Amino acid sequence: MPRALPIKPAAGLVALILALAAPWLLSAYDLNLLGRFLALSLTAMGLVLLWGQGGVLSLGQGVFFGLGGYALAMHLKLADLGPTELPDFMVWSGVTALPWWWALFRSPWVAVLAVLAVAPALAALFAWAIFRRRIGGVYFALITQALALGFATLLISQQDKTGGFNGLTDYHTLFGFNLNRPATAIWLYYITVLFTLLAFAGLTWLLAGRFGKLLRASREGSNRLRFLGHDPVPYKVVAFTVAALLTSVSGALFTLHAGVVSPALVGVVPSIEMVIWVAIGGRVSVVGAIVGALLVNFAKDKISTALPELWLYGLGFLFIIAVTILPNGISGLFAKRAKDAGE
Amino acid sequence: MTPPLLELKNVTVDFDGFKAINDLSLTVPAGAMTVVIGPNGAGKSTMCDAIIGRVRPTGGRVLLRGEEIQQAAEHDVVARGICRKFQTPGVLSPLSVVDNLTLAAASDRRWWKSLTRRPDSAARARAEEILEMVGLADRRDALAGNLSHGEKQWLEIGMVVATDAELLLLDEPTAGMGAAESTRTAEIVKALVGKHSVLVIDHDIDFVSQLGGRVVVLHQGQLLREGSLAEIRADAEVAAIYLGRA
Repeated sequence: MPRALPIKPAAGLVALILALAAPWLLSAYDLNLLGRFLALSLTAMGLVLLWGQGGVLSLGQGVFFGLGGYALAMHLKLADLGPTELPDFMVWSGVTALPWWWALFRSPWVAVLAVLAVAPALAALFAWAIFRRRIGGVYFALITQALALGFATLLISQQDKTGGFNGLTDYHTLFGFNLNRPATAIWLYYITVLFTLLAFAGLTWLLAGRFGKLLRASREGSNRLRFLGHDPVPYKVVAFTVAALLTSVSGALFTLHAGVVSPALVGVVPSIEMVIWVAIGGRVSVVGAIVGALLVNFAKDKISTALPELWLYGLGFLFIIAVTILPNGISGLFAKRAKDAGE
Repeated sequence: MTPPLLELKNVTVDFDGFKAINDLSLTVPAGAMTVVIGPNGAGKSTMCDAIIGRVRPTGGRVLLRGEEIQQAAEHDVVARGICRKFQTPGVLSPLSVVDNLTLAAASDRRWWKSLTRRPDSAARARAEEILEMVGLADRRDALAGNLSHGEKQWLEIGMVVATDAELLLLDEPTAGMGAAESTRTAEIVKALVGKHSVLVIDHDIDFVSQLGGRVVVLHQGQLLREGSLAEIRADAEVAAIYLGRA
């Protein structure tokens, strides 16, 4: 099996310098895109942990992405309003009083806590209930896909509480900072870079130790692990929970950069797209996840601007290439090259 | 009176009407070698499955030192002191040989311990010891998935030993091996007796004669005979159903 891309310090340093210098190198529009896509790379890294390392394919990461995105967006909607005012979409729906669980989100700290806690807590409960029953593989993937479908449908149907099909958009303030100022945009970008680095470092640490070994061992050898006295369930539950945390933060950061969160970002199709970023970047490699998320999304932006009808074909083509020729994605290509050169 | 190490009492495993083992009673003494033989379909592997909790008996009891274990979770059975080597080698292929042994030797298998960075030095030392014992020292850092079939068998025997279980179940440890490899395996297994109790399942009579030890013959899910290999060899009924001679 090809190992993950060896992290060559030089390449890493160049990437880091480029990332830090990006505000001077890119237009404001492209910097915003880079920020968005780096935010998405957190989702991809979560899938590397869960799918590439733990062998658990989730087609429902959109749910956790949405939980993070909506939690922050609820605060952002309220931050611009006076104490008695209601968000615009509630007024249009004829709501007269803010629901209590919405009112909690007046505090930015509640929103931050919700981003960090709600998705992981739900993920842990769900994963424990499922993995304890030894449900896995394609059944697990189908259940998560149904969750994504259900979640998107719920958001659309509860127009007066969620903004329905349009989602939550048009917000301007976070922690007293005006989100529309160019300086704020640069800070947001750097915060996103920081989160990307933290996620990268955290996952690399987690996977290098005994936890990583047991998680990889559970990928093919759940039974062997059991009969060696290790219960494989907790490792999968932790992987699913950590992936949900990363995906929730990813959704919140994306919402800040994009200025919108909507059901179109959380349903079945976006959830599958997330898996495709990782398949193309290389599902066993944390670096591959970042590369895949950036590459596929920049390609999506360029191709769908030029030839809107072509993008889905392009994505499908990339996916077929990844599955048939490059089972470990782009990072697998590099790992293979390095190995061939070494022998 | 101290109860025997392992005792099966009237154990039945019924797969939708097919009784893979049928009212089987058997005791395995501590610190000794017990060899279970029998033709294909005699229920040897199912008996192992029932002992380690992979299948649940539809009737009867499995007692380890007098305590019932037939409903215990698989990892709990290991913690109580039974570990099994499967017929097809079940090594952890994404990990290196030494990591396979170190995980098996882990003294504390609670999951949150995996998040600390303190090396499990006792497990490491044990892993190195076992590498020598099963003759895989020069394959220490190879991925388990890249080993040859025979090497995988030895690695898995090593992993089972590394758990330090009191009772080791070795299900066809020589499956797919040549004569030289079989002899080597017999040496490894014989060296385990005393410190561990060993229950070996096999149907290769040459291998069984190299092992020595008490022999139990299963036939159609039931105990047919038990005794020394010489007694079993001399038994006309065993010869008829198993050795293919009248």
